[in-house]
Amino acid sequence: MTFSPDLEARFEKLVASYPEGRTRSAVIPMLMYAQDELGAVTPELVAEVAKRCKVPPIQVEEVIGYYSMLHRKPQGKYHVQVCTNISCLLVGGEELYHHASKKLGIGHKQTTADGIFSLEEVECMGACSWAPAVEINYDFHHHVTAEKLDVLLDSLKKPQ
Amino acid sequence: MMTATPTEVTTVTLSINGQSVTAPAGTLLIEVCKKLGAEVPAFCYYEGFSLQAACRMCLVEIEKFPKLQASCTIPVSEGMVVRTESPAVVAARKDMLEFLLSNHPLDCPVCDKGGECELQDMTFRYGAGESRFTEIKVHTPEKQWSPVVFYDAPRCILCYRCVRVCDEGLGVGALGIQYRGVGAEIIPNMGDHLNCDECGACIDICPVGALTSGAYRYKTRPWEMNHVGTVCTHCSNGCKTTLGVRTDEIIRGNNRDHSGINGEFLCGKGRYAFDFNKHEDRLTSPLIRKDGQLVEVSWSEALKAVATKFSETQAAGGSFGVIGGVHSTNEENYFLQKFARQGLKTANIDHQRTGDVPALLDALSGKSDVLATTDDLYNTAAALVIGSDLAQQHPFLAYQLRANGRHHNARVYTVTPGKVREADYAAASLIYGSTAELFAKLDELRDRLKAEPELVILFSDAVKGADVAKLVAYGDSLGIKVKYVALVDYSNSRGALDMGLLPTLGPGYHAAPVSGLAAPDMLAAGLDVLWVMGADPGKGNAKFTVVQDMFLTPTAAAADIVLPSASAYEKSGTVTNVCGQVQKLKPAVRTMGTKPDLEIMGLIAREMGLNLGIWTHDHVLTEIRSSVAGYNVPLPVIQTGGAAQAQPVNGRVPLDGRPELVQSAQDTLFTSGTLGRYSKALTSVIEYPGKLYSDNQ
Ligand code: SF4
Ligand code: SF4
Ligand code: SF4
Ligand code: FES
Ligand code: FES
Repeated sequence: MTFSPDLEARFEKLVASYPEGRTRSAVIPMLMYAQDELGAVTPELVAEVAKRCKVPPIQVEEVIGYYSMLHRKPQGKYHVQVCTNISCLLVGGEELYHHASKKLGIGHKQTTADGIFSLEEVECMGACSWAPAVEINYDFHHHVTAEKLDVLLDSLKKPQ
Repeated sequence: MMTATPTEVTTVTLSINGQSVTAPAGTLLIEVCKKLGAEVPAFCYYEGFSLQAACRMCLVEIEKFPKLQASCTIPVSEGMVVRTESPAVVAARKDMLEFLLSNHPLDCPVCDKGGECELQDMTFRYGAGESRFTEIKVHTPEKQWSPVVFYDAPRCILCYRCVRVCDEGLGVGALGIQYRGVGAEIIPNMGDHLNCDECGACIDICPVGALTSGAYRYKTRPWEMNHVGTVCTHCSNGCKTTLGVRTDEIIRGNNRDHSGINGEFLCGKGRYAFDFNKHEDRLTSPLIRKDGQLVEVSWSEALKAVATKFSETQAAGGSFGVIGGVHSTNEENYFLQKFARQGLKTANIDHQRTGDVPALLDALSGKSDVLATTDDLYNTAAALVIGSDLAQQHPFLAYQLRANGRHHNARVYTVTPGKVREADYAAASLIYGSTAELFAKLDELRDRLKAEPELVILFSDAVKGADVAKLVAYGDSLGIKVKYVALVDYSNSRGALDMGLLPTLGPGYHAAPVSGLAAPDMLAAGLDVLWVMGADPGKGNAKFTVVQDMFLTPTAAAADIVLPSASAYEKSGTVTNVCGQVQKLKPAVRTMGTKPDLEIMGLIAREMGLNLGIWTHDHVLTEIRSSVAGYNVPLPVIQTGGAAQAQPVNGRVPLDGRPELVQSAQDTLFTSGTLGRYSKALTSVIEYPGKLYSDNQ
């Protein structure tokens, strides 16, 4: 499997960043970067990462199963992740999630027909101090209200 | 064990439950408690594998520590004051059990593990019978991953033992964990099924009934079985296997008490491939060829016919050839060669040769303490594997080396005709094409091996004849202590050699008084009588053939008289493994109509009026111990299920100069000569028949 020259360079650096015999540490970043380029974690990617990090493929599968930010299916262009874990829940996270769901017309782990948005109800993202929190792709949004979310989603929807 | 290396000899003194104990610094607290008899319950901890600290069952109280500590990960230190059964500890264990049971089905009466379940035992011990958990339990259906491995996720307590034994122990790494929290479960490497060694180690090590064995599940309750500790009859490694027997049927093979040379190890053959024993094609009646057809006759008719034929041929000065077995006991093979040499006065004796042990003994003449045991493979600083896909052909030896690498940082070097599993941790893995190239590769390794403090060399039939002396010269040139293992294929291949089933060598590798024909020559010599015991050399052109076997092999099908013999799981006697370790078989079951080969031979001798001595295993063993060089093994050791090292001759061995006759059958993890073909457990897995030196490992 080959990746873009940029990604290849990144991988090379990653694998070299860890001590001898510890390349398994590169599994998560590799999967994340590759997912950004490929849109999803494919079976070929699993095999490739296992090979490059010198771990059995099943250990890569374990990581994918554990971390919700790794996806086997392509997400929307904007992946909207609403936290409904305890801190966020106490200040309206759940309502926020339902609001997003209604507005986008999709449920948990679904993607809009135009492929622009996908939605996911996620567990604590470590942003409790600014609850309720929403993460869209890699950007965090704090103290989110239904109104703020509407503005945000509308602005993203506009062709840029 | 995760303990200090021998160089750190510092010991510490601590107190456990008021008792003062000393232990090497760095020893895990749980192990020290165990030695003291203060057993600490543990689910995830398993001696010999990496630490997991996942179950919290092993919590103990240590003074000056603010909280209870997991004793499976705490190394002992000076002055520690430990309590393993204080009220706080007992309460914590009860709580941990309540957690573990919160999503565990409480249907022990119908669980396959009932009676042998560590979770059940602990719940009983700590009286954790009540639950405050009222949520609905998450249920997922049971999954079948292979004909032999089933997984029931709700029962799984996520101790990771299976994951670690497969990855660290076997080097397969076929199991993993998917998802997290209540949804977490074990997954197989192929998504919904396994492609692995099918060894069942994961099932054996599972403390609960989450992993179950296709061969055994739901056939019995464990307490309804008798447990017979005997020796696996497949490969030459000689693992102890405990056969679970009910109503004269073997229903399980496992390693109940870990008391054998193999500890917890068994490969799929030792664990499942006992099923050949009750295969519907087992011969249960003697057969005599009448009008061209083999027809069933009584034992007395058959024995009489054999005796008459033997006596008449002898009286007429006719010729005999005798081929013995590689699964037969030492006593049988010894008696067979005695029968041939003294009774039939023939020197034509041989067997299926799979490794050049005589050449090794000859080359080592004058050296002592140069033959490695299975323990040496675990304890020696370095090992060199030549010409064998060890993980496939010698699973237990491969397991020992891997454990040695893991626990003692032993260096393993491989020089093989293709990629082997050891390459994943080997210090060097070289591939050769021809035998000439093999030695060139060894030269490449010379400097690195010279730097090792000591070495065990294991070599297959790739090195035979004069090359063996060349290999020993190479070993000498390293200037370090070197021990050797000449790899042979089957459960008593080594014993057949030691007992003198060779045309030029008698028992104990002494020159036979007269040299005879080797097996292929016998088949072509137009002998008057060919007598085959537990082997399948092919028909040949003998005028009359007598075969003793469990199955109608091609040789038996073409024979004139066929005598149905008992399997190794149905008789007593001793076998010698690849490293020369002698162990005792114990009969587990009987198959009506069959007789052990020793008894068959004894009855033929009696019918012929020959006096070859009493033909019980014990008597023949006594004769072997007093007359075969190196076999004066301590009886108490083998009688109590231990392994005793035979010490074969230290001196020149007259070789017959026929190295081409030494040929490994190249069995994989899923084949085992004739026996393997009759094991449905082996032939039913998707990996069957397997392939040596494949990259797909
Ligand atoms: S049967 Fe053996 S090789 Fe297969 S998953 Fe279990 S432990 Fe691993
Ligand atoms: S299947 Fe058994 S051994 Fe494996 S994690 Fe679950 S309980 Fe432990
Ligand atoms: S390694 Fe050999 S002796 Fe041990 S269980 Fe497997 S086949 Fe039997
Ligand atoms: S609970 Fe939502 S970010 Fe922590
Ligand atoms: S045995 Fe110590 S945490 Fe499991």
